[in-house]
Amino acid sequence: MIIGFRLNGQEVTARVDHPASLLDVLRDQLGAYGSKNACEQGECGSCSVLLDGELVCSCLVLAADAEGSEVTTVEGVAPEGELHPVQEAMNRVGAVQCGFCTPGFVVAAVDLFERNPHPTSREIKEALAGNICRCTGYGAIIRAFEELAGREVR
Amino acid sequence: MTTRTGRRSVQGGIGESTIRPDGVPKLRGEFMYAQDMHVEGMLWGATTRSPHPHARIVSIDVGPALAIGGVHAVLTHDDIPGPGLFGLEHPDQPVLAGDVVRYWGEPVAIVAAEDEDTARRAAEAVVVEYEELEPLVDAEEADARDEVFRRMKIRRGDQEARGSVVVEGYYEVGMQDQAPLGTEAGLAVPDGNGGVDLYATSQFVHVDQQQVVEALGLRPEQVRAHPVGIGGAFGAREDVNLHIHLCLLALYTGRPVKMVYHRGESFTGHVHRHPARMWYRHEADENGRLVRVEAKILVDGGAYASTTAAVLANACYFAVGPYKCDSVAVDGVGARTNNPPCGAMRGFGAVQVCFAYESQMDRLASALGMDPLELRRRNALATGDRLATTGQVIDTPLPVVEVIDSLAAMPLLVDEPGSGGDLPGGSGLTTEPRHVRRGVGYALSIKNLGFSEGFDDYAQARVRLSPEGAIVETAAIEVGQGLVNVLAQIARTTLGVSRAEVRHVDTSRIDSAGSTSASRQTQLSGGATHEAARRLRQRILEHYRADDLDDEGVWRGDTLVAAWDDLVRDGWEETVTFRHPPTEPPDENGQGKMHADFAVAGHRAVVDVDPELGLVRVLRVDTAQDVGKALNPESIRGQIEGGILQGVGLAVMEELVLDRGRIRNATFTDYLLPTILDAPDVEAILIEQEGSWGPFGAKGVGEPPTISSTPAVVAAIRDATGKELNRVPVRPQDIALEEEVAR
Repeated sequence: MIIGFRLNGQEVTARVDHPASLLDVLRDQLGAYGSKNACEQGECGSCSVLLDGELVCSCLVLAADAEGSEVTTVEGVAPEGELHPVQEAMNRVGAVQCGFCTPGFVVAAVDLFERNPHPTSREIKEALAGNICRCTGYGAIIRAFEELAGREVR
Repeated sequence: MTTRTGRRSVQGGIGESTIRPDGVPKLRGEFMYAQDMHVEGMLWGATTRSPHPHARIVSIDVGPALAIGGVHAVLTHDDIPGPGLFGLEHPDQPVLAGDVVRYWGEPVAIVAAEDEDTARRAAEAVVVEYEELEPLVDAEEADARDEVFRRMKIRRGDQEARGSVVVEGYYEVGMQDQAPLGTEAGLAVPDGNGGVDLYATSQFVHVDQQQVVEALGLRPEQVRAHPVGIGGAFGAREDVNLHIHLCLLALYTGRPVKMVYHRGESFTGHVHRHPARMWYRHEADENGRLVRVEAKILVDGGAYASTTAAVLANACYFAVGPYKCDSVAVDGVGARTNNPPCGAMRGFGAVQVCFAYESQMDRLASALGMDPLELRRRNALATGDRLATTGQVIDTPLPVVEVIDSLAAMPLLVDEPGSGGDLPGGSGLTTEPRHVRRGVGYALSIKNLGFSEGFDDYAQARVRLSPEGAIVETAAIEVGQGLVNVLAQIARTTLGVSRAEVRHVDTSRIDSAGSTSASRQTQLSGGATHEAARRLRQRILEHYRADDLDDEGVWRGDTLVAAWDDLVRDGWEETVTFRHPPTEPPDENGQGKMHADFAVAGHRAVVDVDPELGLVRVLRVDTAQDVGKALNPESIRGQIEGGILQGVGLAVMEELVLDRGRIRNATFTDYLLPTILDAPDVEAILIEQEGSWGPFGAKGVGEPPTISSTPAVVAAIRDATGKELNRVPVRPQDIALEEEVAR
């Protein structure tokens, strides 16, 4: 079947021959490689996208269910050539190492700060508990978002 | 004539926490990882794997797989043109199993097809008839049957020495997985002349290239391995996995072939941390000074050699820890079994023994009625001392006492149990707050830096000048640790210019940088960069009889005698191969100068434990670490925090569970990784001492955070519960149930 949705503001279509996930379609058919595949089962958050404004693991979304939706990936959180404040905050404090989890953290944090511009440390951690990072130990990620939340940074 | 306004200090040099150049592309999702590579006309590869840990292959029928539309090749052992063997230290592992499979998940056939889905279906369609054989899955039984990769014997000092206080213990470490977020992935592109370009996840492209060449019977110039974007490594990218398969498929089909392991396949597709069993006996005098240490160390290497020999050696060499002792006996065995092959993981043998010797030190402190840190201080190794096991005189800075004193002086910053909702078991109603018990524990560690035992360990780097500034060319792999930052910082400071960047080049364009492992690249590739930049600056200054070089060009006094563009046009460059001080293989008693340098670290953990449910919350892990010279403090902090969390993972949750050779939890649902809610707060003190041979006196920093964080956490759990806890990871039943039930 052919499905159509808006990807980062642009209309796209994709052919779905088998029960492909939204992540499969993004990466393999649309060449949007920003969303990462690390566990295929919704445990690590590396494939996080916003589906009609809702934070989801795109590996758990059936591509067909994206029909007619607005999908925002890491490539679409900031205008071309600019960084979202979430990205700036992570860049400033060394919250990126290998970077494989980074797109998922960016999307999840964009979602958090849209809902809650001044989250507490606990709210930051709860919001990002679905994203696994194997490099940083999360320290710099927490510092980035505490700083962005306008709170005292450890 | 240009007149200079006075020399400014270089921006972005060593000691600054410069922002990494690959940060923005990674944050935008634009950075290309091996998983993201795509070329027109490429095929997808997939692997048929053994469902048995040990079996004889009776027959393989590739017909049903070839019959699937879109399948271009199905290859088995018989299709390999060369010897078909590989291995990081000994080529003992078949590229594809021939007569026998020796571990669960061993590759038996590979396929190439038009798309990934078809390739995977074809891999499943290959019909392999097996005759199951009894798997050898117990390392002690393997030892008894002399199925071993290496035996180690260390004897030092008076073997009759005896102390008045004796503690004995038996300890186990489970099989940890590196679990880098990026799985194995790669692309091989045939060059049309019988050669191939390989772009695959790696920590060491030159040995990948070498193993492809040797396994497939190619000439070295026919294979070029290219550094690519990689989503973490932690040791898992040191061994070959899909590399030879990709090259074989690409050469066979004449088409580019891409392969990406899924997570489950990744767990079988790379080596793991060696599980270990360790028997220890410490004897001390009444003042707590170690008189004798005896240890037997048994690590399970699994089915193939990988780096078992070196991991075992490391475990034995560091079996006593950062302590003085003049009477030592260590026996080590690296067992060969039908369990998954084990190899490199951050800490490389030093992790396993650290859990044992630090548990022993606490036990000894308890027997002596002495403060655990005081016991460690009395035995602390220092520069000029001999390593207890090998007798090597330590001739670089070794601030063990400084680590202890720093830890002891750090304030214990923790709130009351349960404040802020941080209870074991989370913020819900799982744990009864008034039952929570708090514990504090300490541990120290020592680790070698760089490769040991006489290995010719070197790194080559090239520094050249371009319109964009200085370029550092290297084949050293950036795995996320920040090498792209630190090499550029070294080049800036050494050359005296503010613009420098790192460019990765393939194996045909530069000699080896060695492995991104053993905490070695800052010292080795950093050393090569430092020396290349120093010589280049010196040659330029001599050529122009000048006295300074900066972004504008070469200066003689206040006069610009050659502009930067002129230097670029003249093609100035310098290539340097840097070696660390030579090491040697051990003698028959395990004695000698086997190591080039050492680093020590110490950790203090604070935990809250729910003793009824056996749940642990690690609140803090504070640390003091010997770094030589902090070239990029923020990057070091990142290594420390990340390494500590992997150590916490080994302490309380991470283990691959085996059932007769089969991994039972090869998913991220069942292999538990620490989340942001599991991450302790970390305060770190960086101890800088001059004297190491690394650039500007820098030491490697990647592994020490992972080594003693694990025993520190377990010591804290013991402090909270009074349990013996001789095994990591500590499971809820180890805490909540009586010991015979927990077993």
